[in-house]
Amino acid sequence: MTRTMEIIVAAVLLSFGAVVAFDSYRLGAQWAEEGPQSGYFPFYIGIVIGAASLVTLVQAVLGKAAGGNKSFVEREQFKLVLAVLVPAALYVLGIQWIGIYVASAIYIAVFMVWLGNYSWLKSVALSLAVSASLFVLFEVWFKVPLPKGAFDPLSFLGY
Amino acid sequence: MEEINALFHGFSVALTPFNLLLMFIGITLGVIIGVLPGLGGANGIAILLPLTFTMSPTSAIIMLSCIYWGALFGGAITSVLFNIPGEPWSVATTFDGYPMAQQGRAGEALTGAFTSSFIGAFVAVVMITFLAPLVARFALQFGPPEFFSVYFLTFCSFVGMGKGSPFKIVAAMMLGFALAAVGMDTMTGRLRLTFGWNELMRGVEFLCAVSGLFGIGEILLSMEEGLSFSGKSAKINTKVVIETWAKLPQYWLTLVRSCLIGCWMGITPGGATPASFMSYGVAKRMSKDGTKFGNGQLEGVMAPETAAHAAGTSALLPMISLGIPGSPTAAVLLGGLLIWGLQPGPLLFVEQKDFVWGLIASMYLGNIAGLIIVLTCVPLFAAILRVPFSIIAPIIIVICAIGAYTVHNAMLDIWFMLMFGVIGYVFKKLDYPMAPMVLALVLGDRAEENFRNAIKGSEGDLTVFFSNWLVGSIMALGLVMLFWPLLARLLSQLSTRLGAAARRAP
Repeated sequence: MTRTMEIIVAAVLLSFGAVVAFDSYRLGAQWAEEGPQSGYFPFYIGIVIGAASLVTLVQAVLGKAAGGNKSFVEREQFKLVLAVLVPAALYVLGIQWIGIYVASAIYIAVFMVWLGNYSWLKSVALSLAVSASLFVLFEVWFKVPLPKGAFDPLSFLGY
Repeated sequence: MEEINALFHGFSVALTPFNLLLMFIGITLGVIIGVLPGLGGANGIAILLPLTFTMSPTSAIIMLSCIYWGALFGGAITSVLFNIPGEPWSVATTFDGYPMAQQGRAGEALTGAFTSSFIGAFVAVVMITFLAPLVARFALQFGPPEFFSVYFLTFCSFVGMGKGSPFKIVAAMMLGFALAAVGMDTMTGRLRLTFGWNELMRGVEFLCAVSGLFGIGEILLSMEEGLSFSGKSAKINTKVVIETWAKLPQYWLTLVRSCLIGCWMGITPGGATPASFMSYGVAKRMSKDGTKFGNGQLEGVMAPETAAHAAGTSALLPMISLGIPGSPTAAVLLGGLLIWGLQPGPLLFVEQKDFVWGLIASMYLGNIAGLIIVLTCVPLFAAILRVPFSIIAPIIIVICAIGAYTVHNAMLDIWFMLMFGVIGYVFKKLDYPMAPMVLALVLGDRAEENFRNAIKGSEGDLTVFFSNWLVGSIMALGLVMLFWPLLARLLSQLSTRLGAAARRAP
């Protein structure tokens, strides 16, 4: 439900504000010899986040927020969102291990086959083309190095 | 006319073959970005920023600002042909644009949209040409308290002019400030909010925040709707263009009103999106054909497009003259300035004449180039939208990841981007605004620095912010904006009560 989600987000923000204020206080939110200490500004920022979220939280608990009992996201929709989000997370993990070019090629191909129902042949051809053009664009033309990954399967190319 | 001379100097800077080429590339990329769902002006520029690191700042800003003009033009194409606003500021364009396309008048709607966009932008650029140097000269006398008061006004305006819950606006904005504070404190050298995690020392890079919030978040939202595009096709030929142009002069009053609304909303950080809605609303109320709005009135396409483009353009005025961006996209451009080693602020007009006037001249040229490109290439751009989402979505995610990585060559930034994507998705669904958050993330350090310098000068006395008429009135205006939601409610209660009393009296 949207209301539950409102409460969760407001609570998360409230605790975030508390953490910010607390850590700034630890650093010193006072007035020192040479001027305001490091924590001076963020301390009040944290307080304001907390206060504003507290109001939103109370409003949501009392059921005064706009969304009300409307569902936050339908089950079917949520599945679709996860179908993008989870592979995206795996993809970022892939960048870390096997580098962005290989990971991107796999990611685009799998995405096309799985969510777009394309044939493997088409998907692989397109994803390889995209990866190759990214490689040429960044490594060769603009000389901007992109992550090659811990295992660097493309090390034989010499970039 | 000092400005005219400077402008011609700017043209001589901007009119090199290389810069002209960049202009056309920028516009084309921009239109593509504007057409694609999930990519908008802000994150489109954020992603392409790394490509400009090796260019001169002037060439770089010309290309990036042209991407911005292109994105402003591009939003209209999807609104009219597909009833899908490619950008938030073109939502109002769908109200009359899509009905026109259904009636087979897509060419007319698009020509009207592009031409009025161009007029809006042109008026805003003329205003920038003459107003920006004045503002900058005036701002040269600003000290830290004055600068902080301008920041204060900027952020309070979000609360005063925002539509949603003021508490959510404040929370989102302060979240941006808190994230900006993460990392090394430049004034004392101490680490803040890193919790012993060394990689956080650099701070949270706002470009990953932009890519995540606007890029990934937008894709997750589009995914929910299970996108299927079914669009009208459009061809624009010379005959349609000339016929539409012949109709435009009769709507001159709407154009003037929309330009004024757009320029005003652009300078104050209202931004292009509310400007387009407001302009549509005003046009509907004032027009003699107001009741026909929504059924395919050319005027209903022109009003929001003029205002959106005027607002989008004039958002650059505070950015180049004060160093305070009026929109998230302008904020990304400002981030670019910092990366290229330029110090944004009023001194730009003194120290970087080539850069500033080259940019202003390129605004004139870029918008002319943009108008030509969009009028001639509409079918091409519409074809891009027919590429299925299941191909576009992963490619956009890949490009966002590259954009996030290249800023600092840091793997952690890609993870941050993903995290911001989830935040963006949830925030959007719960109506937490993202523009103030991004602006706070960009401006946080500078706002804090000015605040600290100001109270350092006054030894902790907060009355320094009311110490002279200038800073005092800006702060007062800011406070009015901050409490505007409350004031507006009180005022409306008061007026109904007075109204009731007046009715009872006679």
